[in-house]
Amino acid sequence: MRFSETGFNLEIDLSTGNVERVETDPGLTELHLGGLGTNARLLWDRVPPDVEPFSPDNLLILSAGLLVGTHAPGANRTIVSTISPQTLFMAYSMMGGFFAPELKHAGYDKVIIRGKSPKLTYLWINNDKVEIRDASHLRGKGACETAELIRRELGEPKAQVAAIGMAGENRVFFASIEHGRSSASRLGIGAVMGDKGLKAIAVRGTKDINIARPAEFMEFCNGVLKYIEVRDKKPVPGVMPILAGLGSPQEMKLIDEEWHTTNFMWGNSRTRRRDFWTKEIEEKWRGTQESVRKRLISCHNCPMKCGATISAPGVSTYMMKCFSKLTYTMAAYSDLDFGFRIAQRATEYGVDAYSAPQVMAFGLELREAGILSEQDMEGMPSDNEGKFYWLLDRIVRREGIGDVLADGTYWAAKRIGKGADAYAHNNIKKHEQLPLKLGMLNPVYFLMYSTGEKSNITQIEGQFPQAPFATKEEREDFVKDWIHVPHERFKQYLLDWEFRGERSNPYYPTVEMSCEIVDWQEMMHYIDDALGMCAGLSSFPLKPPYHVHNYPQIISAAAGIDIDEAALTKITRRNRTLVRAVNNRRGLTRDDERPPEDHWKKRFPELEAKLLDEYYKFKGWNKRGIPTRESLCGLGLDDVAEDLAKRGMLTPEEGVPPPQGSVG
Amino acid sequence: MKAEKKKRIVKTIRVDVDKCNGCRACEVVCSAFHASPKYSSNNPERSRIRVIHEPLRDIYVPVYAGEYSAAECAGRDKYTIDGKDYDECAFCRASCPSRPLFTEPDSGLPLKCDVCESDPPLDEPMCVQWCLNDALVYEEREEEVEEEAATREELETGLESLANKYGMQKMLDTVARISKKG
Repeated sequence: MRFSETGFNLEIDLSTGNVERVETDPGLTELHLGGLGTNARLLWDRVPPDVEPFSPDNLLILSAGLLVGTHAPGANRTIVSTISPQTLFMAYSMMGGFFAPELKHAGYDKVIIRGKSPKLTYLWINNDKVEIRDASHLRGKGACETAELIRRELGEPKAQVAAIGMAGENRVFFASIEHGRSSASRLGIGAVMGDKGLKAIAVRGTKDINIARPAEFMEFCNGVLKYIEVRDKKPVPGVMPILAGLGSPQEMKLIDEEWHTTNFMWGNSRTRRRDFWTKEIEEKWRGTQESVRKRLISCHNCPMKCGATISAPGVSTYMMKCFSKLTYTMAAYSDLDFGFRIAQRATEYGVDAYSAPQVMAFGLELREAGILSEQDMEGMPSDNEGKFYWLLDRIVRREGIGDVLADGTYWAAKRIGKGADAYAHNNIKKHEQLPLKLGMLNPVYFLMYSTGEKSNITQIEGQFPQAPFATKEEREDFVKDWIHVPHERFKQYLLDWEFRGERSNPYYPTVEMSCEIVDWQEMMHYIDDALGMCAGLSSFPLKPPYHVHNYPQIISAAAGIDIDEAALTKITRRNRTLVRAVNNRRGLTRDDERPPEDHWKKRFPELEAKLLDEYYKFKGWNKRGIPTRESLCGLGLDDVAEDLAKRGMLTPEEGVPPPQGSVG
Repeated sequence: MKAEKKKRIVKTIRVDVDKCNGCRACEVVCSAFHASPKYSSNNPERSRIRVIHEPLRDIYVPVYAGEYSAAECAGRDKYTIDGKDYDECAFCRASCPSRPLFTEPDSGLPLKCDVCESDPPLDEPMCVQWCLNDALVYEEREEEVEEEAATREELETGLESLANKYGMQKMLDTVARISKKG
């Protein structure tokens, strides 16, 4: 019997219509846990670097994590991996909700999709029965609408559906996969799904998920819930309200958006409005939010309420969470009512709420600058909000200028020319970033922005405060119950970190400390992504219930593989390194690892170079950001080392096999 | 004979549908608690509580599994509360042929909530313990009931109706035959 996982993947070839239930190797679970880890292994093994994102040979993998569907609170994430049409590197967006647990109950850890269907189809997974069904009647339908239609058509109200909207069908480079309140949005995975001719996946499962050591495991689960109850009553003082508690930033619950609206940039990540937030705005936005918000909602088996059902007059009901509340509002210099309304349409179309608003604001800037002509924008209304709706409608249909903008700011600027690339100023690895422009370089954030393989800061940051606390008392108070640190010395790093003076940014935390802090934060995300645990209960908020010290026991009790902290660290390092290798093989090097030039006003080229040098060394990578043979073999990735060496990607001295006995 | 007063505990789970966030932790933990060995697996399909939910219509109704019914009701109920239409049988606890709820997925046998009966007893049923949003709250109260009298009255009514339906003689014969079997 397999514990915590089902031990089976579902392999679908949409070109031939072949469907197979394939037993997986338990050894791979021991090496990679599951989720992102095993996804990376599949992409390494089966998608060679010459495979284009829109090739039938590209895989689209929807994976549950190892703990998904067990009683562990918050273990509900679907980890979607493929090759991104935008970055051309590995994409691994994720979503919460109910899809992954249902998939596990249907008897599968992953759905692996290859090939391309000549007709638009959807997949119906009903326990052992799997059908590829015609979806031509769903073409052009919204993502939420599609889910409802499929449930009705199947007569299965309990089926969980993940679907693309028009954006995915038309291969928009920032198209998402939508699933109720959740979406796997980043890096254009919806476009790959659309390219494969797959409109949706519906799943229904009624099988058990087994636990290796039930009593022990249950005690941990009870402990996690107890901790959440206590922690919920103790918000971290001295940080902005949306980051003081657990879960995703609680933007559906809270009205106070002073921090985002006065610190993040408006428009095409351009203008900071320091005095935007007033009592008047707060009252107005409170009125808007409370009138459209019907209920705060949760994902599978999680007490947090990060999502909400939104029902604005005149538009159909949808669900939302987190920062998408503000991205359209801020890109358009508009207000919250507009944000809630356009997000409804954007959700049905299925676009990433980080990229899409910026792409539209970028288009409007180009028009203002005269780089795009009046003809390019022919028919565009004159009012500000109207422009955004108009652009969104064109982008998802790839009509006219929409076809150019649908590739995202980087590729659109290339196609447009005439200096447009100066306006695509907020990208890392060709991917639009959160609209943040700051003053002083923060060494920890420099490393995270540069090297984060997901090209999204929220997917690497979390465990270490974003800024120093103002007073010594606050710092001492904070570290008192900071049981989460991997080592006591991290407490000292925080205690000594100040706003000004010798021990402040950019030279403090020191290069060495910064490497450790980044590595810890990233490690937590990689553990979560292998387990399918929501970052909101683990890697993202300060002082979460899951951490590096209790995870090994929880995983062991659930899955029956005995690991300690050292073993978990090694598995995580293996997964992290493998993702890097997949991307190195596709051309990723140090040159790609650059935050936007204008992210900070004050830059320190020498320090930045040193940070990268030392961090690469710390990670076991060479100066170009490629894992060395020694580190690959040390992680049991000898075949990866062999492949990289054959491609000439390891320099001769790094290609030398390690001395006998050091492998393992 | 004077009716005897007896004390009994009435166990109630107060369900506040406005507080339900649809996380289904109650389903998860219920099925885990009733697994054998305890907590060795989970499967909401085996749960004795189900959250009937339709997010886009803002409908969330946790319902407990009650009595098994061999036949479905002759008529169905449809409620409208605060302008929201609830589906037929949305508030019904029965495990019955009209809907795929509260039956073991393997055997098809009916499921019924036992308020997590166990030895030693739990302070609260697991679904309540795991509902941190207090949509489910456990309450116990003591009631005094005149058990004997009530039983007699019920028995008499029951027998009368049987006698009406089958005739007195047929009923008496049957009682005699059953009592012989011992």
